[in-house]
Amino acid sequence: MSMNTHGRPTQPVAANADGAASFSGNRGLDLQEPLIFELGSNTRTGVDLSDEKITKSYLGGLERTQPINLPGLSEPEVVRHFTRLSRKNYAIDMGIFALGSCTMKHNPRLNEKMARLPGFGDIHPLQPQSSVQGALQLMHTLAHWLTTLTGMPAVAMSPKAGAHGELCGLMAIRAALVARGNARQVVLCPESAHGTNPATAAFCGYRVEDIPANAKGRVDLEALKARLGPDVAAIMLTNPNTCGMFEPDIKAIADAVHAAGAFFYCDGANYNALVGKVRPGDLGVDAMHINLHKTFSTPHGGGGPGSGPVVFSEALAPFAPIPTVIKNADGYHLIEEENAESQTTFGRMVAFHGQMGMFVRALTYMMSHGADGLMQVAEDAVLNANYILASLKDVMTAPYEGPCMHEALFDDSFLKGTGVTTLDFAKGMIDEGFHPMTMYFPLVVHGAMLIEPTETESKATLDQFIHSLRGLAKAAVDGDANRFTGAPYFAPLARLDETRAARQPILSYKEPEMLQAAE
Amino acid sequence: MLKFTKDHEWIAVDGDIATIGITNFAQKALGDVVFIELPPIGKALAAHADAAVVESVKAASDVYAPVSGTVTETNEALVADSSLVNSAPHTTGWFFKLKLSDPKELNSLMDQAAYDSYLKTL
Repeated sequence: MSMNTHGRPTQPVAANADGAASFSGNRGLDLQEPLIFELGSNTRTGVDLSDEKITKSYLGGLERTQPINLPGLSEPEVVRHFTRLSRKNYAIDMGIFALGSCTMKHNPRLNEKMARLPGFGDIHPLQPQSSVQGALQLMHTLAHWLTTLTGMPAVAMSPKAGAHGELCGLMAIRAALVARGNARQVVLCPESAHGTNPATAAFCGYRVEDIPANAKGRVDLEALKARLGPDVAAIMLTNPNTCGMFEPDIKAIADAVHAAGAFFYCDGANYNALVGKVRPGDLGVDAMHINLHKTFSTPHGGGGPGSGPVVFSEALAPFAPIPTVIKNADGYHLIEEENAESQTTFGRMVAFHGQMGMFVRALTYMMSHGADGLMQVAEDAVLNANYILASLKDVMTAPYEGPCMHEALFDDSFLKGTGVTTLDFAKGMIDEGFHPMTMYFPLVVHGAMLIEPTETESKATLDQFIHSLRGLAKAAVDGDANRFTGAPYFAPLARLDETRAARQPILSYKEPEMLQAAE
Repeated sequence: MLKFTKDHEWIAVDGDIATIGITNFAQKALGDVVFIELPPIGKALAAHADAAVVESVKAASDVYAPVSGTVTETNEALVADSSLVNSAPHTTGWFFKLKLSDPKELNSLMDQAAYDSYLKTL
């Protein structure tokens, strides 16, 4: 049996059992799927094109000299290949996807129906504005919902996703500080921050420093106050934080940051826990991105694209990027150039105006829920996470006392001495038919397992999930390590060799003989 | 002279040149290392400043300068073959060398015995 560098099998054990092999190599309806290059052949073609004689080349000597080696397949072969691959996938449309910090909620079909209306689906960004008034009105209305829900006066709609939104926020902060005469040097991030926070700050030219956490998994307010000074440009904070805990000192943090002349960037990735309940503007936030693909149900995780509008406080609003949509007596207008009112803008982040298709879906979600429905979204998301925490904390170990917000965090101390790691435990979940939770994040907790069920799961689904996790936790503690170290037993493949994939990646298809020659 | 930090770096001092790497404990906790970024030669580092990046299949972490100094040499073999951190963290898996700017800073670091007892508390 072949093993990866961690000594774990790369093929499911069941597939290697004597006598279990089929003649086709398939296992029941679980079909073995080769690469499309292996499936097709460059000596065949699926389409019947007449042979054109090229008499004159316009490529100036840049013609291809090697055969291109594209696989030749017929339409049914191509359709089947990708359909078979898709069946190996796990998706939110197949089951609970409790990936902490990702808010993998259901993507309502009504969103899709609205996004396909010709007035939204068949328009082009370069069309005359008079011909897309409905689309501009939708952007304007969505902007209004976002500023109202967050209690912030301005919003930039164009950022394409969370990290892009962070960059937008930090660039506005930098522009505001430069306008004041000094961009400053340091951005503070808690140890538990999303990795994108320090990355964004560094990309924006700042030095990143950690803020330590206290024993309750919250920002250490005194340590933060001690660090603030004239060199600090901003603090980047997530609330609820990545441990699923609300930062109760958030107002005091904001006040201290403002008193030091710095800005408060809030990572809005966890906004699903607060939407409709808390207005970040009231907490002293200066800028926050909103992941439409999390809180507002637009598809993500390969189904995207994401969308990350950024809301701004009074102090930062003048520096927000263009374009923006305004309404006057003649209708709606996309302001694309700096004008008298927007001359302090830091500029433009994208070619056009943002992710139109996601705007339609997000506004559909908001309008179909209504303000009261959105409040219930946050309440039910928190309720579901607490139900998971309460149902599992006697068999798994929670590093911080609940109640939690929208996600439940466990560590690996219940696995101590069992020979089962967090990774093994997650592989065991695959055998149970679940996508594993987020593992080894946040980094401040040893062997972290972060579970975010979202509000869209029913109690029946949660009970099934809890039942499996309780069974797995008990099996691990009772010494059934084999269940985990060989897992997954029931998946198409077991453990891939992540180390070799990272150290010697093969990023484009090579003919098998070429690969051998290279070795 | 061999010293250690709480961030699980070792520092071997020879005259005013210090060689820095990560400890066996650190490589075990990280798992298989797949990528390493080393500081440019000639870079002046303050004590506790980010000096290198080490990325494993599990996580990416910073390696800090245990004391202040100027980078004089980096381990090119390590960049080519990051598995050296896992196989020989205390010898051929070293990261970079510093010319010390203040040897007195070494006094704040742990010796082997102090590091061993620190590991027992984790």
